[in-house]
Amino acid sequence: MRPSPARLLNILVPVKRAVDYAVKIRVNPQQTGVDLNVKHSMNPFDEIAVEEAVRIRERLPKGSEPVNITALTIGPPKSIETLRTALAMGADTAIHVEIPESAPAPEPLGVAKAIRAIIEKHKDKEGVDMVILGKQSIDDDLGQTGQMIAGLLGWGQATYASKIDLNLEQKNAVVTREIDGGLEQVRVKFPMIITTDLRLNEPRYASLPNIMKAKKKPVTKLTPADLGVSFEPQMEILKVTEPPKRVGGAKVESVDELVEKLKAAGFNAV
Amino acid sequence: MPLDLGAKGSCQIGGNVSTNAGGLRLLRYGSLHGSVLGLEVVLPDGTILDQLTTLRKDNTGYDLKQLFIGAEGTLGIITGVSILTPPAPQASNNVILALPRFENVLPLYKTVKRQLSEILSAFEFIDRTAYDLAVKHGQGRALSEEDVEGAECFVLVETSGGRREHDEEKLNNLLESLLEADEPLINTGVMAQNPAQFSSLWALREGVTEAVSKEGKAYKYDISVPLSTFKECVDLTRERLRSKGLLNEAQVKAVIGYGHVGDGNLHLNVIAKAYTPEIQDALEPFVYELVASHRGSVSAEHGIGAMKTHALHYSKDETSIAWMKKIKAIFDPNGIMNPGKVLE
Repeated sequence: MRPSPARLLNILVPVKRAVDYAVKIRVNPQQTGVDLNVKHSMNPFDEIAVEEAVRIRERLPKGSEPVNITALTIGPPKSIETLRTALAMGADTAIHVEIPESAPAPEPLGVAKAIRAIIEKHKDKEGVDMVILGKQSIDDDLGQTGQMIAGLLGWGQATYASKIDLNLEQKNAVVTREIDGGLEQVRVKFPMIITTDLRLNEPRYASLPNIMKAKKKPVTKLTPADLGVSFEPQMEILKVTEPPKRVGGAKVESVDELVEKLKAAGFNAV
Repeated sequence: MPLDLGAKGSCQIGGNVSTNAGGLRLLRYGSLHGSVLGLEVVLPDGTILDQLTTLRKDNTGYDLKQLFIGAEGTLGIITGVSILTPPAPQASNNVILALPRFENVLPLYKTVKRQLSEILSAFEFIDRTAYDLAVKHGQGRALSEEDVEGAECFVLVETSGGRREHDEEKLNNLLESLLEADEPLINTGVMAQNPAQFSSLWALREGVTEAVSKEGKAYKYDISVPLSTFKECVDLTRERLRSKGLLNEAQVKAVIGYGHVGDGNLHLNVIAKAYTPEIQDALEPFVYELVASHRGSVSAEHGIGAMKTHALHYSKDETSIAWMKKIKAIFDPNGIMNPGKVLE
């Protein structure tokens, strides 16, 4: 037997089950949301987060600190599929905070508080060193969860990451961020929050042996009550509508007619 | 539409029927000889042959419409089609399996077919050279190094069914039994986790054609041979080119095999730097004779057209060709319909 490692690098990866991006979105007749009876999969940005966590482990030289990756999701019973995907990609354990199928979708603040509660529970054993999550989920596009967790915990954050360089000795990471003007590099100390952008990596296919192994990996089930949090919505959705349908163009006979039509449509020469 | 093929973006239904196009889902939905229920055809003399019925069963004399399916426009012009359309599947999934040996394809096909039965909708074969070529030319995201290591060929399995949970359970049971077998037929494999990966896995197979044209000038053979001889056909062709001293970067770059295992249809492609008479002579009639020796077909799903009329006799005997000519003469005595195609 090898001696058990003194210290693990613990990475927590929150993931969300969302309507797949390839699905054509339809607004429901009551205009309260979109039709959810469609194909769901892991939020693509979260998939990038899982991939990055696995790559961090693969990049470390053999024999250095072992990495423990925990995937976490908050959602209805079906969200377990998303956790299985994360486990098949390489996460070691998973936590499922289960809410009823009919419950409204949790909002970023509720999610951030739940993640804080989980991190605090972890403190007794091995503390979480790093939370990697998508910069936003593609269903509600709110893009706030990562920042809120950092705020609640008082941790450093590097958002919109397109490259992550860890320095385990100095317990920090240099993260390249995609910003309007180009690329920005920030150094963040452990423990930290990183949110992922599209170009960070390209997630792998889940291999069959890993899919099979994933079925046997442990998934801890928790309720919001276990964590002392509530997902009661603080926002009220008034109405959801589709963007206006594109109206087909028409042919004009002459330049004069075109100019006339442009004028009628409110376009005037400057 | 009970038909899916690489050209789906540009082809037309009349052309599909005229050429009896096969494609990726023939395994599931059968050939157009079965799914076309009726046809309207304009005959060479201008009369309209109206067989545009929608009956599944109609045993009233000769089934004339069958003559026009796959006649490549040599007997008449198809102007109307009634076709049996199955409901679109509610759930689909796919996996790519890596096989250590080609010999495992046939037992694997049997196992997959037995276990997946009605939800199996495609079983496609790609040899290692074809896979490497597809990856080289950026057709779909490649599998990881360790997944492809030691693989001689790959198989893409697709399921389509009515209920996702049911299909996934079946597929998972199959994969589990494949991985846990004492003598596994597969090394490993990958399963699509979302629609994007589903398309990406398909792109590795469907993109072979495009990769071939990017790689060089292709001699393409679309043959039907017994499944057990797929590898032999590719290997013998490669050997033939090697023995003629043609297998090198400056002449023939690669000989690849891919295709529809379920239909016994192999696409044998020879990729050359340029078309040359030496390569042509090395390949023909060699390939045709090889096919004939297995009682195969020199054109499985692509048709005879103008290019392969001279090769028709490798798959059809004199009596058959003579009767084909008689039929052609009855419908088109003046030879005005697509002259030079199918029959010389």
